[in-house]
Amino acid sequence: MTILDRSPMSPTPMSPTPLRHPNAAGPVGLTDTTTLTLAKAINAGLRQAMLDDPKVVLLGEDIGALGGVFRVTSDLLREFGPHRVIDTPLAESAIIGTAVGLAYRGYRPVCEIQFDGFIFPGFDQIVSQVAKLHYRTQGAVRMPITIRVPFGGGIGAAEHHSESPEAYFTHTSGLRVIAVSDPQNAYSLLRQAIASDDPVLYFEPKRRYHVKGEVEPTLGSPMERAVIVSPGSQVTLITYGALVSTARDAALAAADEGVSIEVIDLRSLSPVDYATVEASVRKTGRLVVTHEAAQSGGVGGEIVASITERCFDYLEAAPVRVTGFDIPYPPAKLERHHLPDLDRILAGVDRVLGR
Amino acid sequence: MHDLPPHGAADNGSPLDDDFIQLLSESGERMPNAEFDPWVRDIGAAGLAALYDDLVVVRRLDTEATALQRQGELGLWPPMLGQEAAQIGSARALHPDDFVFTSYRENAVAYCRGVGLTDLVKVWRGNAQSGWDPASVGMAVPAIIIGAQTLHATGWALGAQFDGADSVAVTYFGDGATSEGDVNEAMVFAASFQVPVVFFCQNNQWAISEPVGLQARVHIAERAPGFGIPSLRVDGNDVLAVMAATRVALDRARSGGGPTFIEAVTYRMGPHTTADDPTRYRDPADLARWAERDPILRLRRLLDAEGLFTPEFEAATAAHADAAAAELRAGCIGLADPEPLSVFDNVYTTPQATLDRQRAGYAAYLASFESSDTRSSNEGASV
Repeated sequence: MTILDRSPMSPTPMSPTPLRHPNAAGPVGLTDTTTLTLAKAINAGLRQAMLDDPKVVLLGEDIGALGGVFRVTSDLLREFGPHRVIDTPLAESAIIGTAVGLAYRGYRPVCEIQFDGFIFPGFDQIVSQVAKLHYRTQGAVRMPITIRVPFGGGIGAAEHHSESPEAYFTHTSGLRVIAVSDPQNAYSLLRQAIASDDPVLYFEPKRRYHVKGEVEPTLGSPMERAVIVSPGSQVTLITYGALVSTARDAALAAADEGVSIEVIDLRSLSPVDYATVEASVRKTGRLVVTHEAAQSGGVGGEIVASITERCFDYLEAAPVRVTGFDIPYPPAKLERHHLPDLDRILAGVDRVLGR
Repeated sequence: MHDLPPHGAADNGSPLDDDFIQLLSESGERMPNAEFDPWVRDIGAAGLAALYDDLVVVRRLDTEATALQRQGELGLWPPMLGQEAAQIGSARALHPDDFVFTSYRENAVAYCRGVGLTDLVKVWRGNAQSGWDPASVGMAVPAIIIGAQTLHATGWALGAQFDGADSVAVTYFGDGATSEGDVNEAMVFAASFQVPVVFFCQNNQWAISEPVGLQARVHIAERAPGFGIPSLRVDGNDVLAVMAATRVALDRARSGGGPTFIEAVTYRMGPHTTADDPTRYRDPADLARWAERDPILRLRRLLDAEGLFTPEFEAATAAHADAAAAELRAGCIGLADPEPLSVFDNVYTTPQATLDRQRAGYAAYLASFESSDTRSSNEGASV
C-alpha cells in the first residue's frame, strides 16, 4: 500500500478562486524524452491532454489536493483549478453518471476509480449507459469518457484492492479496454484514450507505478495495436499489464535454456489485435496466455478460442493459460500462490512445448 | 413477507392528503396563493387555452399509442394517463436551451420539447432504441434503467456551471426511482456542487404494483432537505401549480441557487405499461377518487367558468388532437423496418476489426439465402 502523506493543499474542491501555479507560465507538458515512473507518465499524459483540450476534466475521489491515493493526479488541481480537477463525494456510480452528463454537454471526462475492487458500484452506469449510448442513439451521442482503474495484485493490500476486473468490461460491447505496462505506453495510450470518441477503460498496473522508464512525448502506435516486446520463434506468450515485465523475464530465462519466446504486450484487451497475435502464432505454432485475472471467462480464454478458430492448423500443441485461479482474491500472505510468476509462466511454456 | 404494516395508497400522497401547493381546485376554482400566483401571472386566457390544448392533445396521443399497441403495431407502450398536467405544466416552463433527462413515460414532455410524433413510438415499435437526436430538442433519450438519468442531469448541470451558462438540467423520475441509489447519489452531488438542476419527481403512487408507501414512509419531498436541497410538494394534477413550482425551481437554478426537488403528486390512471394488469393490485374506488381530480377536467371547469370554453374552442382542440393522433398512427405504421446489417452500426465511433469480421460473416450468411450456392455462405468467417 502507498503511504498517504499529508499534502500542504487545503481540501476545497470547489473553491471559487483557482489556485495559482507557481510557474507564471502555467502548466507545461513534456517536450523531450524524460525518465519518469509509470505514475508520473500517466500524470504527464493527463497534463498534456488537459493542455490540448479545455473540455478534458478529471473526476474522482481524493484526486485534488492529495493527488490521488497513488499520486497520479499530483499537482493538477494546483495547475488547472477546481473546475478541471474535481474531487467528488464518495459514490462511484455518480462519478460515472455525472461524467455521462458532462459528455452530453461536450466535455471529455476522465474518471479515476480509486481501486479495481471499487468499480462495481459504478458498473451499471458503465455497462448500461456509457457503453450503450452511442449505439442507443444511432450515433447521435458520443461518450468520450476515459475511466482510469489501478488494477492487479502483488502489493500486499487488503481485500478489494488487488483485483483484475477487466473481463467484465471486455465482455461489454461499446467499451474499449486498455491495459498499460510501462511508462511510455502509459503516456501514449492515455493520450489516445482521452482523445478517443469511444469510452475507454484504462487499466493501470498498480504494482508497476514506481518503475521508471524513458518517455517520449509521442502517441506511438494506435492503441488497439498489440506490440511484440520480445521477438522469438518457438512460443508466442501473450500478456498485458504488470505481467508484461514478468513475461519478458521469462523469455530471457527461457533463452538461457535455448527456448525462443515471442512476448506480445496486448495493450488493447478490447478490441484484441488478432492480426498481430495470429501472425505470431502462425510462426511459432505454440500459444501461452498469461494474466492475473481468474481463468474462467477471462481474456485468455477468448484469445485461445479465437486463435484456435483462426489458425488451428498452425498449432503444434494445445494452447496453455497461466492465470490466477478461479478464487476470490486471496489474503496478502497467499497472493504469491495465486499470481502467475516467472516460474509458473515457464512451467506453462514447458507444457506447450510438451516438456 | 414484510414486518411493516400494510402499505396502501392511503398511506402517503393519498387523495385525502392535500398538503401541497394548489392553484386550481378540483372544481376548477382559482385558489389565491400569494407566494406562487406571481409565477403564473402571465398565463391569461390565451395561456390557459394553450395549456388546455396541450393536455388534450397529449392525452389523445397517449390513447392512440395504447390503441396502436392493442392492435399489434407497437410492442409496448407506457401510458401517462392522469399525469398530463405534471408533464405539461413543468415542460412548458422550460427554456429551449435547458436540457431534459427523463425516464420512459415522459411523452408529454417530449411533445413540448418538439420531438416528432412518429419519433415518440420508434422505440416502442422496436425500430430503434431511441427516437431522436438529443441535441436537436434539448432532451436526452429516455433512460429505462430506473433513476440513472438523474446523474446524467447532474453532470450536465455541472458542465453548465463550468460554462457559465444560465441553462438548467431538469430530470424526471417517479416515486419508485427515489429508492434507487443513483437518485440519492445525484442529490448528494447536486447539493455538494450546487449545480443548476431540478429534480422533478412525478409521484404517481405506483411503481408497477408497489404503492408509494412501500418506497417511503414520509412524503418524498421531505427527503430532499436532508441532502441540503429545498423541495416543493405540488398538486401534480394542477397544471398552474406545477408550472409555478417549476418556474420557482428554474429561477433558483438560473440565479446560482443550486438544485430544487419537486414532488408532483399525481396518479397513474392506467397500467404501468400495456403489459400490466392493475386490477390485480389497485382498488377501483381509489381510481374513481382520482378520476375526480382529473387534470383536464379541472382546467376545463376553469375555462368554462371564465367563458372561454366555447363550442368553437372545444371543436378546434378536438380537431387538433385528432390530427395529431392521425399523424402518429400514419407515422407509426409507415416506419420502415431497419436494415438487418444496421445491427452492427454505431457500437463504436470508428471501425473495429472483430466486429467488422462478424458483420462480414453475417452478411455472407444472409446473402447465401439469395444465392444458388449456399455452401459458400459461411466460409472463413464466424457467424
